[in-house]
Amino acid sequence: MTDVESPAEAGVTITVDGRELQVPRGELLIEACERADVYVPRFCYHSRMRPVGMCRQCLVEVDTGRGPALQPSCMIEAADGMKVETGTPVAIKAQTGVLELLLVNHPLDCPVCDKGGECPLQDQAMSHGPGESRMVEEKRHFEKPIPVSDLVALDRERCILCDRCTRFAKDVAGEPLIHFLDRGNQTQVNTFPDHPFASYYSGNTVQICPVGALTSVSYRFKARPWDLAQVESTCQGCAMGCRIVIDTSRDRVNRHNGVDIDPVNWGWLCDKGRYGYQAIESEERLGAPLRREGDALVGAGWSEALGLAARALDEARRGRGPASIAVLGGARLPNEGAYAWAKLAKGVLGTDNVDAQMGDGLPAEVVLGLPRATIDRLCRPGGTILWIGPDPREELAVLYLRLRHAVREDGARLVAITPTGTVLDELATAAFHPEPALLPALVSALLEDGPAPDGVDPEALAAARDLLGGDDLAVALGRASVAESAGYTVDAAAVVARARPEAPVLPLLRRANVHGALDMGLAPGLLPGRTTLAAGAERMGVVWDTVPTERGLDATGILTAAAEGRIDVLVLLGADPLADHPDRELAARALAGARTVIASDLFLTESSTRADVVFPAAGPDEVDGTHTNVEGRISLLAQAVTGPGTARPDWMVAAELAFRLGADLGLESVADIWAEIEAVAPSHRGITAQLLAEAGDGVVAPLGAAPAATTEVTSTGEAVGGADADPAGGADAPDVVQDEGPEPSGQGSAHGDSEPAGPEGADDAEAARVDPEAEEGGGRAAQDVVVPEADPAGTGPAGGDPEGVRFEAPAPTPVPPVDSYALRLVVTRTLYDDGTLVQQAPILAGLAAEAPLRVHPSVLDRLGVDPGARVRAISPRATITLPVVADPGVPRGVAAVARRRRAGGVADLVDSSQPVTEIRLETA
Amino acid sequence: MDLLAAGAGQGRGVAVAVTDAPKIITSRLVHDDSHTLDRYQATGGYQGLRAALAKRPDEVVGEVKTASLLGRGGAGFPAGVKWGFCPPGVWPRYLVVNGDESEPGTYKDRILMERDPHQLIEGVLIACYAIGCAQAFLYVRGEMALAQERIAAALNDAYAAGYVGQGILGSDFSVDIVLHWGAGAYIVGEETALIESLEGNRGMPRLKPPFFPAAKGLYLQPTVVNNVETLANLPWILREGGASFAELGAEASRGTRMFAVSGHVRNPGVYEVEFGVTTFRDLIYAPVYGGGIRDGHALKAFIPGGASAPWFYEEHLDLPLEKGAVDKAGSMLGSGAIVVMDETTDMVKAALRVVRFFARESCGKCTPCREGTSWLEKILERILDGHGRPSDLDLLLDVCDNISPGIAWPPKQTTICPLGPSAVSPIASAVTRFRDEFEARLGGAPVPVTVSMAGGAYVAAPTPAPEEVAS
Repeated sequence: MTDVESPAEAGVTITVDGRELQVPRGELLIEACERADVYVPRFCYHSRMRPVGMCRQCLVEVDTGRGPALQPSCMIEAADGMKVETGTPVAIKAQTGVLELLLVNHPLDCPVCDKGGECPLQDQAMSHGPGESRMVEEKRHFEKPIPVSDLVALDRERCILCDRCTRFAKDVAGEPLIHFLDRGNQTQVNTFPDHPFASYYSGNTVQICPVGALTSVSYRFKARPWDLAQVESTCQGCAMGCRIVIDTSRDRVNRHNGVDIDPVNWGWLCDKGRYGYQAIESEERLGAPLRREGDALVGAGWSEALGLAARALDEARRGRGPASIAVLGGARLPNEGAYAWAKLAKGVLGTDNVDAQMGDGLPAEVVLGLPRATIDRLCRPGGTILWIGPDPREELAVLYLRLRHAVREDGARLVAITPTGTVLDELATAAFHPEPALLPALVSALLEDGPAPDGVDPEALAAARDLLGGDDLAVALGRASVAESAGYTVDAAAVVARARPEAPVLPLLRRANVHGALDMGLAPGLLPGRTTLAAGAERMGVVWDTVPTERGLDATGILTAAAEGRIDVLVLLGADPLADHPDRELAARALAGARTVIASDLFLTESSTRADVVFPAAGPDEVDGTHTNVEGRISLLAQAVTGPGTARPDWMVAAELAFRLGADLGLESVADIWAEIEAVAPSHRGITAQLLAEAGDGVVAPLGAAPAATTEVTSTGEAVGGADADPAGGADAPDVVQDEGPEPSGQGSAHGDSEPAGPEGADDAEAARVDPEAEEGGGRAAQDVVVPEADPAGTGPAGGDPEGVRFEAPAPTPVPPVDSYALRLVVTRTLYDDGTLVQQAPILAGLAAEAPLRVHPSVLDRLGVDPGARVRAISPRATITLPVVADPGVPRGVAAVARRRRAGGVADLVDSSQPVTEIRLETA
Repeated sequence: MDLLAAGAGQGRGVAVAVTDAPKIITSRLVHDDSHTLDRYQATGGYQGLRAALAKRPDEVVGEVKTASLLGRGGAGFPAGVKWGFCPPGVWPRYLVVNGDESEPGTYKDRILMERDPHQLIEGVLIACYAIGCAQAFLYVRGEMALAQERIAAALNDAYAAGYVGQGILGSDFSVDIVLHWGAGAYIVGEETALIESLEGNRGMPRLKPPFFPAAKGLYLQPTVVNNVETLANLPWILREGGASFAELGAEASRGTRMFAVSGHVRNPGVYEVEFGVTTFRDLIYAPVYGGGIRDGHALKAFIPGGASAPWFYEEHLDLPLEKGAVDKAGSMLGSGAIVVMDETTDMVKAALRVVRFFARESCGKCTPCREGTSWLEKILERILDGHGRPSDLDLLLDVCDNISPGIAWPPKQTTICPLGPSAVSPIASAVTRFRDEFEARLGGAPVPVTVSMAGGAYVAAPTPAPEEVAS
């Protein structure tokens, strides 16, 4: 697992089964064999983890000049002149022998095992095993499945002790909660008493288990692999954009598995992404439109509901004008839905009061107007990362795995700035926890030698300054707390842009397709393609009826206007402002103040319950389209199942409404919409449906500018030419094409579909069919189309597009003086909470933990209460009562709490018109 | 002697032969207070250290190379050469003393640690000086209570006397010695497993490559792992000179060696003998050593070098105790444990007994050893229970072959470490030599189909309360 350099730079010649080939120096033989299309059986080896050489299944004969010797091919690095024989009688005997030994204690309960049919042990017993076991003695017994967590069951009898799950937990996730216990033949994997495998990543162990030892509670006995229909898609749990494969049977989703793509998730998923599909299968999904009748919502036909909505929109447009119409939300929608709604709102209705974010994100100019870092760029080996934002494990869970790998395995160094102590502290060279409002000053102290805010450790500051002074800096920037104004994060961005204009920035957005929605213009002042109203008016005017001229309101502005009675029609596109906007009271007043509320949603949420017309929307796994992740990577969404009842994709609702408003969006299919996006959005130019279909890893928009530095994609999907391709153009040399810079370690071979090829050898159907054990390989064969990244040099936003949105620093948000009697509130988000999608997934619903107020221990002393006591938190807005606990990771002047959405919770305390939320604590 | 028997709780005293043979490491064992600093100093103690400090470290290495001191742990690798494997310029480097003597039948290091701990400490200091270590770790097997006590006391005395610590004997050479008690795993005697254990992990071997201790050892730093007896030779070598040491012994094995004789002999005990001069016959039959087979019985077989070694028989008795000759004859001197079996021994049971040891001590890390050794144990148990089939002997050998391809000597292995192949030796020996004894037990009752509910064949998983898991 040394850093793999490109084959041309440091190739060595080895011989695999008599065939000479060039491989990178230090490549593991098991991977090198795959280049030669020679499959070596394996169990413990996993391309994304350090090899351990424990299962001994991959033994081959290696001759380094001293005669052939049996060696585990997963542990031996390729060196010049090595001769590898995988098929000699000695090697075959060893492989067959090990397989028989693995079966000695493995219960042959395949007919009732969930893994049966997609089981590497089963498959490799067929392809490399002895055919029959000579074991007649009694096998090892353990109690049959025991829960290691709420999500995962463990059958220790089936376990072959390959160390994959335990290695994953310890090395990849950094949560060593499952271990080997006991010794010898009684060795078992288990948890320690009272320490369940409570990890956000536990489901990955199910996916990488090479036998049926670890199974998902949600999938046990639900289906047989050969009965599943599979489509590859993108997870919509958050903005990370992990590639998934959706397994369905009889039009129901049975499970999600991760797909290994190099630039994003490496095969991993968080448990919310893996098990959250249960929410779309919920009985409470909306299956028919609703309209208000007095206090109640009653069922309605589509034409009736569309008619009501269209009439309200038309009246508002003709009455107080387009500005009396506002559209909130859109991050749940695929790009196509977002574009259709942008076209309806801005191009037909003419309002610019449109915002896909809910007052808890960052202004679109910050997201789109700074030089862009991809995830790979952020996690570049040996690079320096400045993290300004939330706890990644809570908001972009899989990004944390990439960060952790970058720091722990690839020599990247991290400076973390989070409001309270997080999991990053132990990874970071220096970690800072500035109090609310002090972030810009801290970033200025770090990047441009500004005066340090009080209480910052000068040594840590000096160390971090030195580190950040290097030229390989990448910044991750997000809003960590929704109890303070976004202005401070914007001001921090301004410092970054001023001090390090070349440093690329990864915006830490959270909601699934919020980036795509911004790209499509669902933000005030923007038009599709990351352009401003002024810059894009002429171009969009060609295909749109109208283009707003005045910049509209953002989410908080819209809610304020609605609360003041200035909004006649408020459209909620999968938005639940009561739950999602930081200021719950404002949201409540807004919903009361808007004359007509139209909602398109999966469920009757707190907000949509108050709507006048509700459209049932087709949700994740139910629509085709495209998704754009935090780095701007566009990847395909595939419809796997049909939405409930008559639920429709959002774009259809937009098109229907436009029609009833006397306009025609001219959009009749998802393909139509994408074609129009590709034509009108400068940032998306060239990203055709065909290109997307060929690029399994997705495509980062915009495409790189200089053709010489790009890799072109032929119609067959092969990457050719360009600086990244093999300059030798060697006939046999594989086209390993790298995105940029040194390849992160732990990266699977781009060609490595390491699933057993089966006795008949690799079948071509494998490439078309999505591999259920997608983790088994590195990236997939036949799909390694690499599209150049967004301009790694960071020459400018939107690839230097003159129309592109540019970030210009606004006037700094004033920093209020510290009130020494008050604590400043930090409200963070957790992966599991009381939000709809978690609560509607039965397996996850119980995992949302209590959210006590966390304060520095000294604050508890001052209050004179014990940890766990209930206290009153008093803000100018409200008073709530909640338990308080001591947390040394919280700065002294701060009270931190995880956001929960229900009424009477912390959201009641926040007044979004104030830059910070100050609270006082009293004993209850 | 009495003290030893009582303190070690081993039940039996340990005989130390009084002979004319040269004594290098057991010379002080005639004294009852051989473990004290006073006795040690009165008998030439710490003179070797002084001699070493008067030389440059590379001269000390040269002296050990001249002596051709072979490692006494089992593999018999030249100690001076091993020291040279540390990559130059990489610091810190560590010396780890392997005192986890656990090979069945082997108890020489225990005697050295219990009866002459200062000799070991002096050896450690000399090795540290030669290698350039400022820190040494002394890993003593968990069950050796007296050895632990004696070494700890000796180390305290040595610190107090200025032999260990900062500025040893007024020089600028400083060493700290850390004591560590094992927890009773046989495999921790394997050097990489010992290092894992020392680091606080489960005692399981690491893979070589890449984890050769000389390059990536303790805390991934260059590390020399030496056996207790190996280091105990150093004071003498430095005191008397490597050349004097090399004058003793045979071509391929210089100096003397401690052999632990056990089993069906009259005088089980540990004996220091000169390499190449003495034969197995001497050691087993000479009155000053083993004293012959017990109660007038006859020799049936003997294990020449610890439970891992292939067995020897009557025809091997006149082989000299010397690495080259024994290796050539298809076994090894290994850990210096000679276990004698007379003609009353049931060879199937004997094989089972040894295999069971290895099956129980398998760490469970790699498949062939974890599954193979316990399967071999089950097959042997079945044969002994009268359920053997004619095909079982081939099966036994084929399972052996899957653990140690070719069942050759020296053994090849599909495993990570040599523990798995160690279980192969007794079976291969017994089945080959005493096939008739096995065959006599075959063809009895049919193989029973056993289904046990032990551990719960199926128990419905209790549903945990959500709050137990949520966090």
